[in-house]
Amino acid sequence: MIPRPRPERFRLRRTMMFMNAQKPGLIKDAYIYGCDSIMLDLEDAVAENQKDSARFSLYHAMKTIDYGDTEVIVRINGLDTPHWQEDIRVCVACGADGIRIAKCESADDVRTVDSAVLHAEREFGVEEGRTLLMAALESPKGILNAYEICMASDRMFGVAISGGDLRKSLQTKFQTDGIDLVASRGLVVLAARAAGIQCFDTVYTDLDNDEGFMAELKQNKAMGFDGKSLINPKQIRPVHEIFAPTEKEIKQAEKIIKAYKEQSAAGIGVFTVDGKMIDIAFIPGAQRTLELAKACGLYDGGLV
Amino acid sequence: MTIDKTAVAGTLESSDSMVTVEPSDAGIQLELTSSVMNQYGRQIKAVVLDTLKRLDVTNARVSVIDQGALDCTIKARVECAVFRSCSKSETNIPWGGMIK
Amino acid sequence: MINAVGRDIPDYLLTGGKEVYKGNCYLDGKMICKACRKTVRHEKPQETKVVASLSEALRLCGAKSGMTFSFHHHLRNGDYVSNMVMKAAIDDLGLRDLTIAATSLGDAHDPIAEYIEKGQVIGIQTSGIRGRVGEVVSAGKLKTPAILRSHGGRPRAIEAGEVHIDIAFIAAPTSDCQGNCRGIGGKSNCGSMGYAMMDAEYADKVVVVTDCLVDFPNYPASVKAIDVDAVVVVDSIGDPKKIASEAAKISKNPRDLMMAEDVARIIACTPYFKDGFSFQTGVGGPSLAANLFLEKIMDERSIKMGWAIGGICGPMVEMLKKGKVGKVIDVQDFDLDSVNSINQTPGHYEMSASQYANPANKGAFVNNLDFVVLAALEIDTSFNVNVITGSDGVLRGAPGGHPDAAAGSKCCIIVTPLTRGRMATVCKHVVTVTTPGDCVDVLVTDYGIAVNPARTDLVKCLDDANIKHVSIESLQQKAYSLVGTPDELKWKDKVVAVMEARDGTILDVVRQIQPVSI
Repeated sequence: MIPRPRPERFRLRRTMMFMNAQKPGLIKDAYIYGCDSIMLDLEDAVAENQKDSARFSLYHAMKTIDYGDTEVIVRINGLDTPHWQEDIRVCVACGADGIRIAKCESADDVRTVDSAVLHAEREFGVEEGRTLLMAALESPKGILNAYEICMASDRMFGVAISGGDLRKSLQTKFQTDGIDLVASRGLVVLAARAAGIQCFDTVYTDLDNDEGFMAELKQNKAMGFDGKSLINPKQIRPVHEIFAPTEKEIKQAEKIIKAYKEQSAAGIGVFTVDGKMIDIAFIPGAQRTLELAKACGLYDGGLV
Repeated sequence: MTIDKTAVAGTLESSDSMVTVEPSDAGIQLELTSSVMNQYGRQIKAVVLDTLKRLDVTNARVSVIDQGALDCTIKARVECAVFRSCSKSETNIPWGGMIK
Repeated sequence: MINAVGRDIPDYLLTGGKEVYKGNCYLDGKMICKACRKTVRHEKPQETKVVASLSEALRLCGAKSGMTFSFHHHLRNGDYVSNMVMKAAIDDLGLRDLTIAATSLGDAHDPIAEYIEKGQVIGIQTSGIRGRVGEVVSAGKLKTPAILRSHGGRPRAIEAGEVHIDIAFIAAPTSDCQGNCRGIGGKSNCGSMGYAMMDAEYADKVVVVTDCLVDFPNYPASVKAIDVDAVVVVDSIGDPKKIASEAAKISKNPRDLMMAEDVARIIACTPYFKDGFSFQTGVGGPSLAANLFLEKIMDERSIKMGWAIGGICGPMVEMLKKGKVGKVIDVQDFDLDSVNSINQTPGHYEMSASQYANPANKGAFVNNLDFVVLAALEIDTSFNVNVITGSDGVLRGAPGGHPDAAAGSKCCIIVTPLTRGRMATVCKHVVTVTTPGDCVDVLVTDYGIAVNPARTDLVKCLDDANIKHVSIESLQQKAYSLVGTPDELKWKDKVVAVMEARDGTILDVVRQIQPVSI
């Protein structure tokens, strides 16, 4: 049995890569590519008559394979299927770090899952509250209810947009400038930030279009997303590069934190760095920048 | 557990094992072929028999066609086939109990 | 007797001056004699050497039972000639007790397995051995132990007279009526004919087999008319699609690319990586992909590759055309791009197997090689490499130029995934040693990099460049923890194949596998 570290609600989640829980050849070492989270899929990637088999595979994979620091989230089947309850039981029993609620539309959906998760934690002797939750928003209703969904449970660590189904419901198609999902994306970022949790953009499916992928990534970062869902390991590096702080941002963050430490020791709460006014409100952002930089291997100083 | 009907789990893909269980009244009969027979045949046999024992299966005809699956996959396929054979594979699985 | 890589070589194989492997460069500096060659005087003018059929050519050359025939493998898996010749010799002429000395055998040569089982072929000498031939030899059906040699060891053995070729059969994409052969200009082109050259010079008799007869003189010739006895024209010498594949594409597999990038970074951190450096790469996924990343670093540092050797394929030709490598010296072409480039693109030249890798001449190309990137079926904690036996003990691979390039190069990098299916690539002891660990410097896997401890200089280079590396033992332990510790293979006593080191000493033996029953 591989003991897994306790799941953290707030951690680096730049890259969340989807993996089919049913394919033994794929899941045995997906973590070597260095993504922050792996999403083992019991939903769309698994045929309807193989849902039972995928659960057995998932259970044993989680109990045998050492995923190291990579987080393992499981996407369970929708609440409109006969599978979700058993999915939740196996997720909790096998020690998955979190559960992704597909097609989440309301706070009630989250509460339903939360309650089943708690029940399972009690049934399997797992520390109550250990299993985290995230919601995948795939419909207009889901997007509009984003804030209440985010606030519906202490287990919620983030929300993701699932673009494929969403675009169909919106009656539009993929656009290179992102205008098709701009309102949805905006709402999700707002909701996540108001609730104080993370937000992730949808998958980019055209694996051969490197330029298009980079353009979407830059827009994702500019809009404030924490990370992105991926379908192929080759997408990991570009995301880590785009979401990494620039050298300029890192130097600025270092200056701010150093200056703050010096100034606050001298009892001064507001000061200037490079001609800009800085106070304590800037510190969390600067710290986040340096932590992210550290995780990306771009900073090895002692300030964080 | 008793095997009520023939059931299959797994595929013939590389790194997978296809496990078929059939009812029997003559103890456990195992037929095993593997692409890594020389190196892991003995170990695969042990894992299969061990899993059947853990599931309290005493009578079954089991056939395993292995394409280099790891132990965790073999266990999962045997368990799934056994539970399918008594139509119990969809709900209330004893995770952490019989399934270890 | 135990040799320098810890393998036990049966004493009965150490006759006639045969020694066990004693280490790299053991025979360096030794003065040796070359075998005495024979030829036939064709003083009388001859209109043509073309004869009506292979059977007639065999009769003309005095083919008899007990003889050794040789073939080259430039037609790779598309070869028809070896099978056609053996069929004519055995079925038409009723010859038996024959030995085949091929430069390599592969899946195209399955029919030969039948001749082995029937006892008509009693000896095999080759680099590669795969498919049904590999299976029957592993099952002990060949009367005498097969002899396995590298591409450099074979010309050495021919020159030393250890292999005496009675009749060499040279498949030629084009030939004239006197036997001047070229690897291009026909309908089954193979490009370089480097492996055929030694055979043409040392065999008692030489038969050229072509499907495209051209005007005399077919110049510049890879095999020359002065060495040829007869020419046979057939409908087809091989399947063009399997001789030269479509341009070898660089892998897009993220795992391969991850490892390839590590390889390039390692190359770039050594002192040998400077303007004019030399390079050889294999054609496997990560090996070839390393070219891509290397090119980027070369551009960044304004460094050009001086020359590249080996089996050549499209991506290397591309680099030549872009002016990023000065010269490409070619012993074998793998794809259409390289076939069409050899001797056409300025800087793309042909070389013989001897010039490429023979350790018993005054300096083959591998001696000046800076870097070589190779694959492996298995590599053990002493860095010994196995490229010939699968983990089930069955022969299905080829040393090729692997041991030669590893021995000669300044930095030999092996790149391979840690596990393949349920097979641990990094293991405690390889099934068969084909390249000794004293020639292997760095291992790159998808789980980490290991440097041969004997290369303290390379360890320092990687440390200075902040490239993380671990012990090879830890990689082996990781491999076993992923797939489970494999049971030891069980062997019978019978030796089915002898693995010769490139210098002719005995590196390892392959015994008959004892199938497991559970």
